[in-house]
Amino acid sequence: MIELLYWDGCPSHPEALEVLRAALAAAGRDDAIVQREITTQAEAEAAGFPGSPTILVDGRDVDPAGALLTPAALSCRIYLLPDGRPSPVPSRQQIEEALAP
Amino acid sequence: MTLALGDPAPGFSLTGTDGAEHTLEGYASAPLLAIVQSCNHCPYVQAWEGRMQALQAEYGPRGFRLVTVNANDADSHPGDSFEQMVARAREQAFTFDYLHDPAQELARALGSERTPEVFLFDADRRLAYHGAIDDNRDDTAVTVHYLRDAIDALLDGRRPQVGETAAVGCTVKWKAPLPG
Repeated sequence: MIELLYWDGCPSHPEALEVLRAALAAAGRDDAIVQREITTQAEAEAAGFPGSPTILVDGRDVDPAGALLTPAALSCRIYLLPDGRPSPVPSRQQIEEALAP
Repeated sequence: MTLALGDPAPGFSLTGTDGAEHTLEGYASAPLLAIVQSCNHCPYVQAWEGRMQALQAEYGPRGFRLVTVNANDADSHPGDSFEQMVARAREQAFTFDYLHDPAQELARALGSERTPEVFLFDADRRLAYHGAIDDNRDDTAVTVHYLRDAIDALLDGRRPQVGETAAVGCTVKWKAPLPG
């Protein structure tokens, strides 16, 4: 299952959805993407939501190390691109690696 | 309500990560002053930080001053506390002042909504440009340099062609209202 968890206070989830769709297409997959909005701190804590956007592939974060570094919060999440630059969305490469069998 | 073009800069007296108090009057000698609503934790801020440093380095000798201000509620976002601001300013070797607005008064006076969000004031300290630094948080994909163009225009004695753009970034983290 592919899930996109997001908080509407952060503007990055539409871009994350776009990158996720591109990664799925590149992998030749047509999985449905389950989008779930997180609206409260309590929900964030219950879901272990380390910020928006968070992409889960079969329950596993596409950036598991990054997820561990950040406490659950209604916040924008920071990803590091392969070249080390900070980004509000994961790279397509990160997602493709998470999708790989 | 957000400041409109032509509105005067609001006064402030805020502590910087250098430990000093900084006021609007303290920047009086700078022909151009950009106040940027900012913070530590936001990936959009971090993505644009290098460009803020570059603008300060390039235009500083011509009197441009860029000042970043963090008003985020540190209770909900501990990474935006003053102590963390000091640490980030040191780690990133900021060449601009980084001020703390714990009462959120300057943020409210500006009408800030996002981080980063630019308020560029001219020599008379009237708002001349408001919005984004440029048109893409990915520095390899920028096509329009809004803030740079506005600075160039003002230094050449012209009004910026584009006065307002939509700031893209995290929301300002307001403090929860007091009960009752």
